[in-house]
Amino acid sequence: MSQPRPSEEHSSGQRSSANPRAIREVVFVDGVRTPFGRAGEKGIYAGTRADDLVVKCIRELMRRNPSLPAERIDEVAIAATTQTGDQGLTIGRTAALLAGLPRTVPGFAIDRMCAGAMTAVTTTASGIGFGAYDVVIAGGVEHMGNHPMGAGADPNPRFMSERIVDPAALNMGNTAENLHDRFPAITKSRTDAYAVASQNKLAAAYGRGQIQPDLVPVATMKPGQGWTVNTVDEPPRPGTSVEDLAALKTPFRAHGRVTAGNAAGLNDGATAALLASADAAEELGLPVKMRLVSYAFAGVEPEVMGIGPVPATEKALKNAGLGIADIGLFEINEAFAVQVLSFLDHFGIADDDPRVNRFGGAIAVGHPLASSGVRLMNQLARQFEEDPTVRFGMTTMCIGLGMGATVIWENPHHADYSLALHQAPATGTAPTTTETGAAA
Amino acid sequence: MSAADFRKLADLFPNETVTHSYVQDIELPAVDGRSPGTFALVTLDNGLDHSKPTTLGPNTLVELGAVLEGLKVRAARGEIVGVGVTGKPYFLVAGADLSTVKSITGREHGLWMAQLGHDVYGTLADLGVPSFAFINGVALGGGLEIALQSTYRTVSTGAGALALPEAFIGLIPGWGGVYILPRLIGPENAVKVMIENPLSNNRTLTGPQAFKLGVADALFEPADFVEQSVAWAAQVIAGAVTPERANAVDPAAPEVADRWAGAIAAGRSLVEARTSNASPAPAKVLEVMEANRTLTQAQSAELECETLADLMQTDEFRSTVYAFLDLVQRRSKRPAGAPDRKLARPVTKIGVVGAGLMAGQLALLFARQLKVPVVMTDIDQARVDKGVGYVHAEVDKLLQKGRISPDAANRTRALVTGSVSKEAFADADFVIEAVFEELNVKKQVFKEVEAIVSPECILATNTSSLSVTAMAEDLEHPERLIGFHFFNPVAMMPLLEIVRAPKTDDAVLATAFELAKGLKKSAVLVKDAPAFVVNRLLLRLMGEVTASFDEGTPADVADNALRPMGLPMTPFVLGAMVGLPVARHVQESLHAAFPDRFTVSQNLQKLIDNGVKSIWAAPNGTPEPGPDGKPFIPAETLALMSFGNSPSTGEEVLRRTQDALAEEIGLMLDEGVVAGPEDIDLCMILGARWPMFLGGITPYLDRVGASERVNGRKFLAPGVASEPAA
Repeated sequence: MSQPRPSEEHSSGQRSSANPRAIREVVFVDGVRTPFGRAGEKGIYAGTRADDLVVKCIRELMRRNPSLPAERIDEVAIAATTQTGDQGLTIGRTAALLAGLPRTVPGFAIDRMCAGAMTAVTTTASGIGFGAYDVVIAGGVEHMGNHPMGAGADPNPRFMSERIVDPAALNMGNTAENLHDRFPAITKSRTDAYAVASQNKLAAAYGRGQIQPDLVPVATMKPGQGWTVNTVDEPPRPGTSVEDLAALKTPFRAHGRVTAGNAAGLNDGATAALLASADAAEELGLPVKMRLVSYAFAGVEPEVMGIGPVPATEKALKNAGLGIADIGLFEINEAFAVQVLSFLDHFGIADDDPRVNRFGGAIAVGHPLASSGVRLMNQLARQFEEDPTVRFGMTTMCIGLGMGATVIWENPHHADYSLALHQAPATGTAPTTTETGAAA
Repeated sequence: MSAADFRKLADLFPNETVTHSYVQDIELPAVDGRSPGTFALVTLDNGLDHSKPTTLGPNTLVELGAVLEGLKVRAARGEIVGVGVTGKPYFLVAGADLSTVKSITGREHGLWMAQLGHDVYGTLADLGVPSFAFINGVALGGGLEIALQSTYRTVSTGAGALALPEAFIGLIPGWGGVYILPRLIGPENAVKVMIENPLSNNRTLTGPQAFKLGVADALFEPADFVEQSVAWAAQVIAGAVTPERANAVDPAAPEVADRWAGAIAAGRSLVEARTSNASPAPAKVLEVMEANRTLTQAQSAELECETLADLMQTDEFRSTVYAFLDLVQRRSKRPAGAPDRKLARPVTKIGVVGAGLMAGQLALLFARQLKVPVVMTDIDQARVDKGVGYVHAEVDKLLQKGRISPDAANRTRALVTGSVSKEAFADADFVIEAVFEELNVKKQVFKEVEAIVSPECILATNTSSLSVTAMAEDLEHPERLIGFHFFNPVAMMPLLEIVRAPKTDDAVLATAFELAKGLKKSAVLVKDAPAFVVNRLLLRLMGEVTASFDEGTPADVADNALRPMGLPMTPFVLGAMVGLPVARHVQESLHAAFPDRFTVSQNLQKLIDNGVKSIWAAPNGTPEPGPDGKPFIPAETLALMSFGNSPSTGEEVLRRTQDALAEEIGLMLDEGVVAGPEDIDLCMILGARWPMFLGGITPYLDRVGASERVNGRKFLAPGVASEPAA
């Protein structure tokens, strides 16, 4: 499955021909994130810049992987939903420069709202597969304190006049209420119970030290307080009970079901992951935490955007030639408990299935929109390491305006892993002997 | 003692901008699986942006002391395992609040200030748990001493301006720096930091340089400096990391005693060479360092406090603060008499008339700093080619030294072109002449230029001695002419005398000041008067010394008479450097205007006539000592001159010169040459590199009594550069 790099011996005067193509395996080498903060003036990142959060992540990745020469990074893709201010100016490039990566390392900004970091991963992974990159950094950031959701957006009036999208669907809370309407079996008591479990699972994971290893400490300074170093997530509310949740308001609909307690909050945070071709990882002595098996994105009605993970997952499973039963671990983003439960119901998985969000989810830890995809991957990678009996896992999330994203990963610690890797040429399309007619 | 005992001192300064000490508890990151414990991080922050440095005044120190005392109690209770100190972005602390210290009246209050610092820093050094300074940015004087008094130090690669500049300011690093630094980085390095750097234009260290010297134990990049420093502190506290201090010495070791003495001796010769021992502070730094080799830190602290109390009372200290803070840092940035900058017009192309050496220096400066096209003209192609060639060669030198990038070199070379026709000035906004110092030549040049350029184009002269007013006389638009007097070497010297002629209008003046700012020069507005400020005073000084020499004072007595002033060079050396014919030319202009006070020396005239370039034997430009180690006058030079028989002593020459300067400055102020004595001082500091411990010159003349002897009053009010009225 190896592919020659552009040949050095290529010289003028000889007949040019492009390198033959082979699809290359993509591996997840490492991932980190900042502790997540609560958005707003009292949050830990009030007064801290979004780009600085990304910089901390990139630098931590470089420190944790000292065998990787910085100049070998071929791309830095950073997602942000709102790409203005401290999240503007092509944040992948600015963060690379600010992190002290060589100027020869390019970068770009990418956006698919909540699935921003996930799309940064799949897009650059495709570039690795295609042979454009050996090693990339992909991640995301959202400082929702600096960039309130939808700020500066200017929805086209045709959405309304031509009924393309119900304007109410631009508010994610409304779409969650809509999901309850569609699936009456998902009651508020089920979502509240799910939310409490999420808090409890995260607290337990913290207690076992399963979250901390992938957090980057972030120093912040506030007026009148001085510097501090943030090392844990701010959003979790351990000890929350269903009674506590029952008392919360339903801000999106009078007597509705969606509350601040059974949904992810408004948060600040950043993530970044290191991906490589399997060959480059081996060459550079980089660890392999997961192998990318397949991914898919799918669109659904914007009014029930939370159902997006269902068709995305079906597509990703089909691409991988796997069934839902093959998936041993699920990391599903918890934008709303109802959205998670609609997914679980669809696939016939119990609300408290131990394969799902073992470390809790966004309801507890927070969901800084475009950053969350890599958080799911970090957690899946850690679970793979802890549980080599699991061969395949999935990271999936819903996306505003009606989309879903799913990435399926393979556990390199599983007994059958190396077998799979060496069968990989079967996915290649171009025999190495083929010469394409690309002569200039 | 406790910091609170100094409340009485702090209460004397109710208007201090206090730098607060904020404490945050941080759970240290795990080392080998477990956190070493809780770390208290103190941030020094005055709540203002980076344009307002944090400083240490009495109120600030009392607060910091109280905070540290509280942390000491917590440490004793086992609540914290370490204490860190860092600053707001870009600053650890910029050092003592000099304006406050300067205004301290009476030795006792100064002593309190010194003792307060020791009290607070003593707590930091003795918390019962290790202390860490995270040097994130500027750390000067007392700021760097906070770090030195800590058990461990980290420094940011982005930190600049780390220094103990006290010898330059007129004090000693007397909050423990003079004791700790030689032990930490070795006596030779300590003398470099405490003496050589302060006396070399107040040079400072970068973070990496400080780390290399051993001032700091660890070096981290700015992007996550605080995070990495805290993580490092955790490693140190857990015992996983032990900093190595390769340059640290034990003063009790015999070989260290020798090195200590050697470093002190080397420091003393450097101080003699740079200052002629005219300011007490540098010698005191060495004296205290010499003594403290065999003292305990507490004994040294007592000596440091007494020495600081003495030095805070000196006019040299107060003059330096006046010169450094009030003039160079403040007044030079808001020139007195400059019109509203909104009146300034854009300058997008510059003409330089002449292609000689001065013209080349000007063209290079304009092109490099303003990045606008500069066209040089001269009377024939050969001269033009030579002038442009000089600029291009200078650009190549900058490129070779790595001072500019290849792209910047290409850009600068392309900006500077030449022409034999002044038509090339047609679209210029500013044309400066650098032709022969002859009024009619300059008037002719401006007449030709005026026929080509727009009516708004500014015409500037770089004359050092001719009348700008006379030059403007026949112009069609006399309001556009201005004097733009640079100092040699143009690239190095920071002063620009901007000369306003009677008809110069405000827009032209405003443009000139904006241009000066773009050129990174400090501009002082002067009235059109013979030789303006710097040359007038330098020539008056040289005139007095030369006259005493002509009268029969021995050359070494005359030339060394002003050593107590600590000027950068003696009058004879200055004369040779400027060039005797150039000096004579300016002297003639001054003589024409003020025949009583500026005389033309017949002896100098004879040297000039015979092509002698220096009174002292100076085959390579600078005086070279004879067999006895002293400069001498070659016999053939001596034979050209004749002398009177009324020699003076050095003291007499000094006093005569002091009086002459006081007289000349008094007259200049009466004539309205500048807005005030502060501008005279600024000019002498920036244009002649006169020392700050003289305060430029007027504080010195006030201090030695010359102002009152000659003018019946001092130039400056009490407290400006001297002890405030009680």
